[in-house]
Amino acid sequence: MGRYVVRRLLQMIPVFIGTTLLIFLMVYALGDPVAALFGDKAPDPATAARIREDLHLDEPLWKQYLLYMGAIFRGDFGTAFNGQRVTELMATAFPVTLRLTLVAVVIEIVVGITLGVVSGLKRGRPLDTGLLVVTLVVISVPTFVSGYLLQFLLGVKWGWVSPSVSSDARLDELILPGVVLALVSLAYVTRLSRTSIAENTRADYVRTAIAKGLPRHRVITRHLLRNSLIPVVTFIGADVGALMGGAIVTERIFNIHGVGYQLYQGILRNNSPTVVGFVTILVIVFLVANLLVDLLYAVLDPRIRYA
Amino acid sequence: MRGASHPTPWVACAVAAVLAVTASACGGGGGGGSDGVLSSSWSDPQNPLEPANTNEVQGGKVLDMVFRGLKRYDPGTGEARDMVAEAIETTDSQNFTVTLKKGWTFSNGEKVTAGSFVDAWNYAAHIDNKQNNAPFFSDIVGYEDVHPESGAARAKSMRGLVVKDERTFTVALKDKFSTWPETLGYQAFMPLPQAFFTDRAAWLNKPVGNGPYTVDSYTRGSEMRLRRWDGYQGPDKARNAGVDLRVYTDNNTAYQDLISGNLDLVDDVPAQQLKNVESDLGDRYINQPALILQTLVFPLYRPEWSKPGMEKVRLGISKAINREQITRQIYQGTRTPAKDWTSPALGEKGGYADLCGDACVFDAAEAKRLIAEGGGLPGGRITLTSNVDTGSHRQWMDAVCNSVNNVLGRGPVCTVNPVGTFADFRNQVTEARVTGAFRSGWQADYPLIQNFLEPLYYTGASSNYGKFTDRRFDALVDRANAEADQAAAVKHFQDAERILAAQMPAVPLWYQNGSAGYSERLSDVKLNQFSVPVYDRITVG
Repeated sequence: MGRYVVRRLLQMIPVFIGTTLLIFLMVYALGDPVAALFGDKAPDPATAARIREDLHLDEPLWKQYLLYMGAIFRGDFGTAFNGQRVTELMATAFPVTLRLTLVAVVIEIVVGITLGVVSGLKRGRPLDTGLLVVTLVVISVPTFVSGYLLQFLLGVKWGWVSPSVSSDARLDELILPGVVLALVSLAYVTRLSRTSIAENTRADYVRTAIAKGLPRHRVITRHLLRNSLIPVVTFIGADVGALMGGAIVTERIFNIHGVGYQLYQGILRNNSPTVVGFVTILVIVFLVANLLVDLLYAVLDPRIRYA
Repeated sequence: MRGASHPTPWVACAVAAVLAVTASACGGGGGGGSDGVLSSSWSDPQNPLEPANTNEVQGGKVLDMVFRGLKRYDPGTGEARDMVAEAIETTDSQNFTVTLKKGWTFSNGEKVTAGSFVDAWNYAAHIDNKQNNAPFFSDIVGYEDVHPESGAARAKSMRGLVVKDERTFTVALKDKFSTWPETLGYQAFMPLPQAFFTDRAAWLNKPVGNGPYTVDSYTRGSEMRLRRWDGYQGPDKARNAGVDLRVYTDNNTAYQDLISGNLDLVDDVPAQQLKNVESDLGDRYINQPALILQTLVFPLYRPEWSKPGMEKVRLGISKAINREQITRQIYQGTRTPAKDWTSPALGEKGGYADLCGDACVFDAAEAKRLIAEGGGLPGGRITLTSNVDTGSHRQWMDAVCNSVNNVLGRGPVCTVNPVGTFADFRNQVTEARVTGAFRSGWQADYPLIQNFLEPLYYTGASSNYGKFTDRRFDALVDRANAEADQAAAVKHFQDAERILAAQMPAVPLWYQNGSAGYSERLSDVKLNQFSVPVYDRITVG
């Protein structure tokens, strides 16, 4: 188990270097960011040259990358154009997005699995068919449609919640954005757990459990559910990474100043330190989430062991 | 990790943990401003919030509340009025003596002296400080020493700035520039307190100025709280208790917040909401021309566009654009069809007049004739280039192209070249890599006709992206700058503009309006020429 974890951690190193290099190249491909700092005015050549020099933009690309990576290992992620340290931006943005992701994942788990179990147990009944149709609709509606729609209905028309999230981004304010963010994944979780449950209801161990005379709820929660959750856990694990990085649309609609906002701003302004820095952290989140998912398999299914 | 036989209610556990966090994190609540404080939409300023580094409206908004300079532009007329300056005198339009009024202080108690200005200007111009607005000081004698084109600075300060006593300093310019004092309302010319020079980082976290508001708190990238400074001695004390500026990434969200009573003032009404504005806000909606002009610039650095005879083609393209229709259909009246190369916000006294005349009026037959007479489009085609990440640029370019294609009747000869980001677009433009016509938006720094013409069309000027050059135009601008009499100077600038009307190096498209909506709590909301709300005049309640 310990050796497995170490091996997985070592595997992360090349993945980490590869992804940061790719991102660095892509941001670099967007071009020189200095001209945009001057708005519609022509950049003053002397000032622009000085800024390029300070950002090492006058160096060859490979050297820029090495300088950047060197700084990262010293904990220095560079400075955004508005003069703020990228680490500072991260310290404000990641907690907000983490809270949002947490809300979304909890909604996914609670609602998605419950619906999946109900629908899997009632396979073929009107309830099951109805839920399938509903999830199909939810999957096909893009986030920005559901986001603007719910914002308008709940925030403006009925006035139940505020249409935007304040700068504190408290958890209760994040429920609506969390629902919007979770919607699509929630539909997937429902479908995944439904299929899995429906398959396993006819498994031998379930029949045995029922034959032993166990109460129905115990058969479902302890035996059926636990064995049916592996695909769902895989999905949710990968989804944590996707939700953290993919909240750009939701964060924009609800004015949440999280990772998506900083990335959007960074891309618009060609601000490579911000973009590369944030994506680097997201890569790490993704890798760790995947590792945790793999380790969870062993907990869910005793037949799986890591050596 | 194989606790299969132990009961592990892990789902419930996770939920409980989250609920516990929810409960503890919901302690705060409330929010909302105190009495007399209004909230207003904002975007994150692009550069650090220091006067000489701020060249866009969002940062300018804050500086306008926190600072007062030698002059200030009257929000109604745009006239430059003395603020901190008691007098700015000159006998030769080249050497100026500036005298300050008594009694001005920064909000930290420090006096505003001649040194506060001279130090700030020297700081702004110095190459080591990498200030975006440094070129605004390039008229001053000694600028090259602190800001050489390459290499290190040869001096710490500019020779042309001399402090005479606590309230007087002199400025020597390189050339005659009669309207120079009128430019001093621009934010780059604001004074700075000593605190800025001793600890810049701390100052940037909480800027200290001499204006009617002080910065109460500033969370970068999300909110700034400004409060009325009760010790302010200037003539324009704030009429409200303060302003909370909130950063919005999506102007539509800000608008939703406004109509649901969560926000008081929005100064950028999203295009998709314009048709609802009437029913949502009624008369609490402002839409007026600002000092912003959008033009379509021709790449005169390319021989196929600058050779003799092409001016007819350029005129023809101008006449092929149906400005009325585009501003009405795409912009719902938030743009005004252009009639010259300045802006109606200058006023007639400032030099605004219908100088484009016929050349800016849609006339399909005439356009077709002119383009044919000029020898047709170079290579039979034309592309329009602009960034398309903001401002509905894609839509109007499509409309202009359709209009040109319809006029010529030769199929799709006009095509659109959309550029994904503003940064990329600006690179292509400043490096003269665009081969077809491209968009150029110009927001004036100060309400002077000079600012609309000289930086854009004077030979070799900094923002002359199409590389237009005309000796008579240059001569008229020089004469205007040397003219001591304002009215006469404006006349010369207008004559210069007539040359643009004949040569058409850039097609004026439309003036961009400032638009704003506000809540029922507010009254006396006005926009200045820069389409920024005049915050100090707003009353709450």
